[in-house]
Amino acid sequence: MLRWILGGREALGTVEKSAALFIGEEQPKNCFTEMQVLKGHFDIVRFLVQIDDLRFASAGDDGLVLVWNVETGDCLLELRGHTQQITAMTSYTIIRGGNTHTALITASSDRTLSLWDPDSGNRVQNISDLQSSVKCLLVLDRLDVWLSGGNELCVWNRDFELQCKTVHHSDEGISAMLELPKNFIAAAMDKEIVIFKLNLSGSDIVVMAMRHLADHRDTIHSLININDGLFASGSHIGELIVWDSVDWTIQAYEQIVWEEPAVDNQSEVRLTQQKPIEKSIQHMSSDGEFIVAAVGSGLYVYNVPMKSVVAYRKIAHDSNVLHTMLQKDGRLMSCSEDGSVRMWELQDLPLPAEPASSGFFGMFGTFGRSSKHSCPPVPKLPEVPGLRSLELNGDLIGHSGAVQMFLSFKEKALVTCSTDHLLIVWKDGEMQSQLRSLAVFQKLEENQEL
Amino acid sequence: MIGSPDVVAFTKEDDFGDSFSDPLSLPEEFSVPLFTHTANANPWTKTSFAKFSKDFILISEFSEQVGPQPLLTIPNDPKVCGTFDLNYFSLRIMSVDYQASFAGHPPGSNYPKLNFVEDSKVVLGDSKEGAFAYVHHLTLYDLEARGFVRPFCMAYISADERKIMQQFQELSSEFSKASEIVKLGNRKAFANELEKKLKDLEYTRSVLHKEAELQKMNNGCYSTQAIEKANELANMEKSIYEHKDLLRQITSYPSRKRRDMDFVECETEKQADTSVSDDALNGNHSEVAEKTDRKSSYTPQLIKAKSAKCFDKRLKTLEELCDSNFYHQTLEQLNVIEMTFRGDLCSIYTSQIDRALLSKQRVTSFLFEAECDWEDEGTSKNFNFTSNIPTVPVLHLSGEPLSLESYTTCIDLDHIKPGVESMEGPPESSTSDITQETSEAADTETKGSFSSDKSIEALGGVSPSSLQANYFDGLERKCKVSIASSFENASHSVAVPRRSSDGNLVPMDASCCIGQDSFVFEEPLPELAQECCGDTVVNQEPLSLFQGDTALQVNYIPEESALAESPNMGLTFSELNTCVLSEDVAKINIEDASDSTSYMSASTSSDRAVSPFTYGSVLTLKQKKKAGHSALRFIRQYPFAQQAIFCLLSGRTLVILGVDEGMVRKLVNALFVFVPNLGKYCETVQPWLSTPFQLTDLQRWKLIGLQRAASPAGSSILHSLNRYSRYISILDCDNKTLRCPPYRGTLISHLADHRTQIKRGSTYFLHVQGMLTQLTAKAFLYTFCHHIHLPMDINEQGSVKSRRTNFLLQLGYTVEESKIVQYLSELIKQHYVQGSSKWVKQSFCFNYTTSFLYKI
Repeated sequence: MLRWILGGREALGTVEKSAALFIGEEQPKNCFTEMQVLKGHFDIVRFLVQIDDLRFASAGDDGLVLVWNVETGDCLLELRGHTQQITAMTSYTIIRGGNTHTALITASSDRTLSLWDPDSGNRVQNISDLQSSVKCLLVLDRLDVWLSGGNELCVWNRDFELQCKTVHHSDEGISAMLELPKNFIAAAMDKEIVIFKLNLSGSDIVVMAMRHLADHRDTIHSLININDGLFASGSHIGELIVWDSVDWTIQAYEQIVWEEPAVDNQSEVRLTQQKPIEKSIQHMSSDGEFIVAAVGSGLYVYNVPMKSVVAYRKIAHDSNVLHTMLQKDGRLMSCSEDGSVRMWELQDLPLPAEPASSGFFGMFGTFGRSSKHSCPPVPKLPEVPGLRSLELNGDLIGHSGAVQMFLSFKEKALVTCSTDHLLIVWKDGEMQSQLRSLAVFQKLEENQEL
Repeated sequence: MIGSPDVVAFTKEDDFGDSFSDPLSLPEEFSVPLFTHTANANPWTKTSFAKFSKDFILISEFSEQVGPQPLLTIPNDPKVCGTFDLNYFSLRIMSVDYQASFAGHPPGSNYPKLNFVEDSKVVLGDSKEGAFAYVHHLTLYDLEARGFVRPFCMAYISADERKIMQQFQELSSEFSKASEIVKLGNRKAFANELEKKLKDLEYTRSVLHKEAELQKMNNGCYSTQAIEKANELANMEKSIYEHKDLLRQITSYPSRKRRDMDFVECETEKQADTSVSDDALNGNHSEVAEKTDRKSSYTPQLIKAKSAKCFDKRLKTLEELCDSNFYHQTLEQLNVIEMTFRGDLCSIYTSQIDRALLSKQRVTSFLFEAECDWEDEGTSKNFNFTSNIPTVPVLHLSGEPLSLESYTTCIDLDHIKPGVESMEGPPESSTSDITQETSEAADTETKGSFSSDKSIEALGGVSPSSLQANYFDGLERKCKVSIASSFENASHSVAVPRRSSDGNLVPMDASCCIGQDSFVFEEPLPELAQECCGDTVVNQEPLSLFQGDTALQVNYIPEESALAESPNMGLTFSELNTCVLSEDVAKINIEDASDSTSYMSASTSSDRAVSPFTYGSVLTLKQKKKAGHSALRFIRQYPFAQQAIFCLLSGRTLVILGVDEGMVRKLVNALFVFVPNLGKYCETVQPWLSTPFQLTDLQRWKLIGLQRAASPAGSSILHSLNRYSRYISILDCDNKTLRCPPYRGTLISHLADHRTQIKRGSTYFLHVQGMLTQLTAKAFLYTFCHHIHLPMDINEQGSVKSRRTNFLLQLGYTVEESKIVQYLSELIKQHYVQGSSKWVKQSFCFNYTTSFLYKI
């Protein structure tokens, strides 16, 4: 398409190359037909945190934290205070006198930790004399404490008082943390997972390292909880390990290896160069049964109970996938450095042996499609029973830079943040239209014009 | 048995009459009176034998030295009056006896008293001259004039008697506005003059006092010189007292005149102040002197004891009588009057009905009507006030209708424009026309700077009552401040009339209409007049007119039917100057002979050369009609015009890509009439862009002219085109191709039929307007039907969708046409809910459809 506009050979080449997977303009299953562009940041926006049903906060390299209303797109508050980029942000729910109140904890490269009140915009607490910058935050609602992970692990109470901390670990520091049953904490440090135990004796809290799990051969990028009994970790070279949450034994080990298509010598050099990046597990998400892993620019769906791969797309995006989300009904979403968000659906293959046909999208309006955006060839599937296909349902194009993260407000909206300093709220146009109608009739009623 | 003839006899005629009423007939108030058809007379032949070629306004004065004399005519062109004897006619109009104000010493009073008389309005005919006139008498104050008053009159002179009679109400209200301005300026000038005179007198008194003391010292108390001096001094005292009294009278004018509740507060404030200053005047002179000294650098002069009442003294001109600013505003207003009432009575009627109708459809008029036209009426004058007296900008609001909208508009006009000019555009759009962004930035900047003033901040409130209350807080404070510094200035600022309401409320003197040959005034078309005047007041909430849903429907139905009937629809007030058939129709501009608009306005030479609109300037109907011509050419030339128009109507941004700027601009100019919600300044159109566009640009521009260039910038433009291709349609004017979603249906083929028989651009424009109005009506219906939008039950959402679809199908729309109606409906909803602040939070809607490539 657009050959007629582009004219020049060079420009055309880039278009062809980027069209690894192209769904086309007709997307009947894509309900996001309305967008609202939110401007406010001056640098890359990296984090989105939901505050309540209506509000969310965004933060990024400009050190700003902005609080938005997802329905109207209003910027409600600008939380200024950090002088450098924000490295972690989480919401912190405090229950006071029966009222739940959500606050925000942010960590920045300027070695500060702040607690913000998203109602008033006040910086309620601030700690500025940290020895290292914090890379991850974990709130333990049950104990009413929260943890910060950098070069050391610190435990804080709700009044921002340091309860205890571990010794300096390594220069790598803690990149991810998660809560395990019985007051245990798993923390990813370079190639290891360290299990910490929080000992509560009276009002004192002591933290100590219990075990080092050194089964990964490369840096761990992702650490997630699957369900009460299992958690998973993914490493730079595509190792996916499922662990038992209680006794920390390996339940499953999967080495993700994209099978090499038969390539001629000419392109082999390029492929070997790309290999390490392609296998890196950037992000994982789980719904308790399935794990979806972002592996390079591909997607990988793993069935935990069956301990097997369910579906995958080797090239799901034109560039590295940065964030994924698995929804209940077998749908998943991914966003990538190529600036798009793609929505996928797990579908049973018609016949086990037959590769997913490219004719699926052909059902919808192939008539008149301008030229060559037919489905790309589906990657060859290994002969695995129960393998399903991952079909592209639609894509969202709006950002001009890498989409860092997205945040779903269920059917209400989807918020994406990007390197192009923008946030985009995607909404269901049909639903918004109905909401606007309701607003109109409400206003008519208020003005007594009905 | 009763036979049928008996039955007929028993039924009254009314029963039959009531049972049937033509549903298509126009309501009474919208009907244009028919031309009285006598003996197959050609309605365009001149029935009168007037010696002037077209209507004009004459200002005359009854000079105390030379009697009635004409001062000026509007338009100020000797050709207009022809051989018409202005001197004679001035005599005629000035000799109409009316309740002239009498100033001077009324019986039983020792001091001169100023009379604040109402203006009088008379219709006068001179069958011999073939001239008929609406005559508006007013008096201005002049300290040097006899009785301190100078009688003036403004007359609208026309050869068409019916025009004068039937437009009496409108003429009266318009002339009252002009009169208010000139009188306001006059009061200001008169008070100024009085103050100077007072200073002279006081100075003279002090000199006399010294002399008298000296006389007493030298010659003793009872010398003749001393007694003479003492008498002189006493006279001087009396004179000072009289002048102070005059000053008090003139400055207390508003409290006597104005009955509006709005002014009560500031009046009491001011009254208190006047009384204080009165005390000061009586007791301590030095304080007053101090006050006045601070105010001006006027050096008092000695006044001769016997002021020479000679006849060779020069009387002040009208411009001197009122402040020069006010004088020019008056002239401007009179020019507006002249343009408004120019032309045939029938077209005046039509345009008045038009305006009345337009002002009723505020819910949808923003879509395709030129929104500015009916808003302008209220705001253009406001702008004058603020710009002319920039020292106390807040106070001058007192004279304006208290409408936030109009206020911001006047700020816009006043401050933003220069701001935009001086500002450097952002780098991304530096090579293109001024973008919305820049003006937005300027907008917020100005607002920011203004909001430092508390009284303006108060204006931000929404409800009118709170607005006024807050506003008057501010005004009160401001009054105090400025009274302290400049008493005179403040009092006059307060006296600025509330024009828009005055227009309707000007009381009529019933006894004033009888002259020698003058006609007894009959009130013409009272309902229509009321409606027109009432609705042109813009300081109301956009929708507060609607009393209920039924009213809504009622308002809507006549709108549609009347618009279908009315041939002149879409013409509104300010266009009259350009589109009304003037008397000198004969000149036809050869260049645009095909376009009827060109000669219609041959008389207004200023806007002869209307260029295609430029971004950021107010769009006029004239430009729209020109665009009609281009549009006509476009639909004849391009077979895929319908698809392009479909894109615009359904809200899909159309990018016109081309190398040649002129060509692209021409196409933009041809298509912009189809852009819904065009905006007052054409904000939704970017006629020429040479930088890559952003996602947000697609949200606010619905029609973009884009440069195709071979430069690196050009390739990034192409990249953005490619990236956002699903949101846009691209019309390549070099290759003559259009890439857009398909359109199936008949609606647009009616709108843009390339075999159309319409020859003229303006005709085609009206055709388009008619079609679009129908479409708007459908969108209105779709938007405000409850049953298709409100869920019957909380949980069911799907049925709403199907009900909507079915409704649109029942209206006879195809899937594509439904998209148009839905898009218009979304715009209506957003406009209704968010008000006019449509740029703040508009979301960008689109749908995922396949595009085709159309070739010529």
